[in-house]
Amino acid sequence: MVPIVFVIAAVVAVVFAIITVAHSSPVINVLSLVVVFFAMAAIFALLGMDFLAAVQIIVYSGAILVLFLFVIMLLNIRSVERLGSGRRVQALLGTVVAVGVGAVPLIAISLLTPATGAVYPGALETGTVVPIGRALLTTHLFAFEFITLLLVAAIVGAVYLARREPR
Amino acid sequence: MNAILIPHTWVLALSAALFTIGTLGVLLRRNGIAIFLSLELMLNSANLAFVAFAMTFAAQPGAAVSALEGQLFVFFVIAVAAAEAAVGLALYIALHRVKGAIDVDRVNILRW
Amino acid sequence: MLGNLWLIPILCLAGAVACLALGLLRARKPIISVVGVGSVGLATVAAFAALAEYLGQSSEVIRNSYFTWIAAGEFLVDASLQLDRLSAVMIAFVTFVGFLIHVYSIGYMHSETDRGYARYFAYLNLFMFSMLVLVLGSNLPVLFVGWEGVGLCSYLLIGYYYEQEYCATAGKKAFIVNRIGDFGFLLAIFAAFAAFGTTEFLDLRDAIAADPGGVRTAATLIGLLLFVGAIGKSAQLPLYVWLPDAMAGPTPVSALIHAATMVTAGVYMVARTNFFYQASPTAMLTVAVIGGLTAVFAATIGLVQNDIKKVLAYSTVSQLGYMFLGAGVGAFIAAIFHVVTHAFFKACLFLGSGSVIHACGGEQDMRKMGGLKRHMPVTYWTFVAATLAIAGIPVFAGFVSKDEILAKVFAAGAADLNHFGRIYSLLWVLALAGAFMTAFYMFRAVYMTFHGDFRGGHEVEHHLHESPPSMTLPLIVLGALSVVGGILIGFPGQLFHQPDLNRIEAFLHPVMAPIAAVGGVPGHGAGPHAVSLSTEWTLVIGSVLVAVAGWMVARRFYVGAEPFAPARRLAERFPFVHTLLLDKYRVDELYDAVVVRPIHGLARFLWKVVDVVIIDTLFVNGSAFVVELTGDFLRFLQTGNVRNYALSVALGILILAVVLW
Repeated sequence: MVPIVFVIAAVVAVVFAIITVAHSSPVINVLSLVVVFFAMAAIFALLGMDFLAAVQIIVYSGAILVLFLFVIMLLNIRSVERLGSGRRVQALLGTVVAVGVGAVPLIAISLLTPATGAVYPGALETGTVVPIGRALLTTHLFAFEFITLLLVAAIVGAVYLARREPR
Repeated sequence: MNAILIPHTWVLALSAALFTIGTLGVLLRRNGIAIFLSLELMLNSANLAFVAFAMTFAAQPGAAVSALEGQLFVFFVIAVAAAEAAVGLALYIALHRVKGAIDVDRVNILRW
Repeated sequence: MLGNLWLIPILCLAGAVACLALGLLRARKPIISVVGVGSVGLATVAAFAALAEYLGQSSEVIRNSYFTWIAAGEFLVDASLQLDRLSAVMIAFVTFVGFLIHVYSIGYMHSETDRGYARYFAYLNLFMFSMLVLVLGSNLPVLFVGWEGVGLCSYLLIGYYYEQEYCATAGKKAFIVNRIGDFGFLLAIFAAFAAFGTTEFLDLRDAIAADPGGVRTAATLIGLLLFVGAIGKSAQLPLYVWLPDAMAGPTPVSALIHAATMVTAGVYMVARTNFFYQASPTAMLTVAVIGGLTAVFAATIGLVQNDIKKVLAYSTVSQLGYMFLGAGVGAFIAAIFHVVTHAFFKACLFLGSGSVIHACGGEQDMRKMGGLKRHMPVTYWTFVAATLAIAGIPVFAGFVSKDEILAKVFAAGAADLNHFGRIYSLLWVLALAGAFMTAFYMFRAVYMTFHGDFRGGHEVEHHLHESPPSMTLPLIVLGALSVVGGILIGFPGQLFHQPDLNRIEAFLHPVMAPIAAVGGVPGHGAGPHAVSLSTEWTLVIGSVLVAVAGWMVARRFYVGAEPFAPARRLAERFPFVHTLLLDKYRVDELYDAVVVRPIHGLARFLWKVVDVVIIDTLFVNGSAFVVELTGDFLRFLQTGNVRNYALSVALGILILAVVLW
């Protein structure tokens, strides 16, 4: 049963990813990306990483993509063009490179031996909040605090960049 | 422990596919927002790769690297993505004020 | 004194520095005279003190080593001076004659500016320093330091009147031609080190004496290379061309440097390194041939010159040829003897000519002189004494030394020295002809300058006067030495069965002791002669007759009712020969065409083609152009389009991934 769930989630992710990339309307792009994130959260949960699934939905879909929507509405961004219009060389070369970039890992993967994996429910004892929280605040405290600093810097930067010029 | 049901190579294959789609989006679209979204997609595919390798360690409780590190890294990636999104969108706002549009092809003053 | 040989040259160096300082401080001439002449005077005293001390003790060679000058791997050279019999003789006459000429210069140069006067004495003192280092050096490199130093001072002093272009050019010519010889000398130093591992004279002599036959090729090579240096420094064929031009310098300079001391450095060097030549018949023959040819060649040019200093210059070249001829037959002592006597009479002749030029207000052309013996008796009589000496009239100085050389050359021919007997005999004939010509042109100069009626302008005639004592006193001393110097030093006692009377022969014999060389060397000491006593007497009488004949012919041509008429008739009969001699065989023009012009052409080519076109245009400007061109193409990569840049990044990642895999 588990593989079936995984395959469904994977297909959904891929399909909506294509819509994200291909559709002309920005709002549709954002919303389909939300669906992709949901699929990914499902996969995380399936692999026993509950905390990660939760964070994915709360932060990624719920905060970041909402921010995107806000900006779209603020700037009243319309659709600009269709995929691949204008600049033929760029489009052609871009396709080739992208496919190449994707082919490399695929080939690498095909050379790997499939390894073991854990499965829901409760198979991963490190997937819940407690172990992750403990690790963040003891072993990896420095990184945790540093991320805080990074976020502060980002906030300051965002505020500064977006301000109106004082008249 | 339950039996093995998903080989980690499947997850990695999904990650590669999403990465490719994301790259296509970055290189082929003119809308700034769309480019950014494709970028987020690429970041997420990287997260998937981390998760795929993390789950291979779950079956070895006494291993030197546990599944914890993989998940922590994903956590950090999400945090960084958030910061990056904030700054990037602020940039777009500034750009829109100057140019009136988010068409990336129109931002080309710094040419020969 | 013997432990402090360095004092002798350093006194002169100190004098040079002091004169330079005095010149900068704008001191007056009296002070400069005292310092400049006094330093050389002190050096003379020091030299004679050293000589006396040397004679009073028993060791052959006194060597003072001061510090290790060069230590490069196995090449070790000490800065060291040595005093032995040969260098004792040299420093004695170099300092003494030098001192006399310094005294003479006080009078001669008194019309110069104070600064010019100081400069003159500084250079002259520097020259004395270099010459003394040359003569006292105990190894080839130290000798070479002195060698180069005298060349430098020669350049500085020839170009003393540097504001005149021909003087500056003459200085350059002297230096450049000298340089060619110096190159040979340097190669000789390298060869000596390569072959024997040392450059010290004593060590080299021992090395050669140990195995004369085995080192023949090395000795030949080194001997020939050293002689190349001598050709340049002592103005032999083909590098003599600088000496006549060097007459552009002040006359005392010509006397000191180009008559008495510097040009004889080559002869000294050959005598000092006689062991090389004794071990190599080829090298010795080369020395003799070039010396003999030069002697005759220069004498022929001297026959027709009208400038009094030029006559003396060619005479010097010719007499140097005689010295080398003597060295070339193994008679090194005779050659050194001729160096000493030549210093006396040639310096006297030059200083006398300076006195004449001074009186005539700078005129040097003998055709505008005449009858000066009435106005300048001291100059006249000393000049005549020196002329008698150079012509080879007994008992004057030149006769003794020149006759010795002629006798030794004849003996070499008779004894078939090193199986080159025929060549040596031919050289003897040439030398004899040269003696005839020497007597002729010197007396010609005397008659043209001092006899008959004055042929110059009235203005000059009113100012004719004898020179001041500062100039006449050295003339008298040198004139006296020209008379008695020969017999005092080297009376040919062997003619009277009393070889011990020949002082210089006995004194210098140990230095030139024959090495058991291949082919042997004719006795140049108190040993058995190759020719019989009667033959020697015949030779003496013969050479005297030749000299007197030359004198009489000159007298016939230039004295009497119709002076110059016979000369003019002869010139009209053989105009080609006359012009050829007058133009000095066009040697300067030949060198100009064969050497100077091609070098100019080469320099021009290197400038216009290599430097301007190839280096400047092609490489420098060309590389800039290529860079610019590349930039012009590459700038199109800067499209300004973000997507293009993203593509580049992605492409880079792809390539990296493939490569790293």
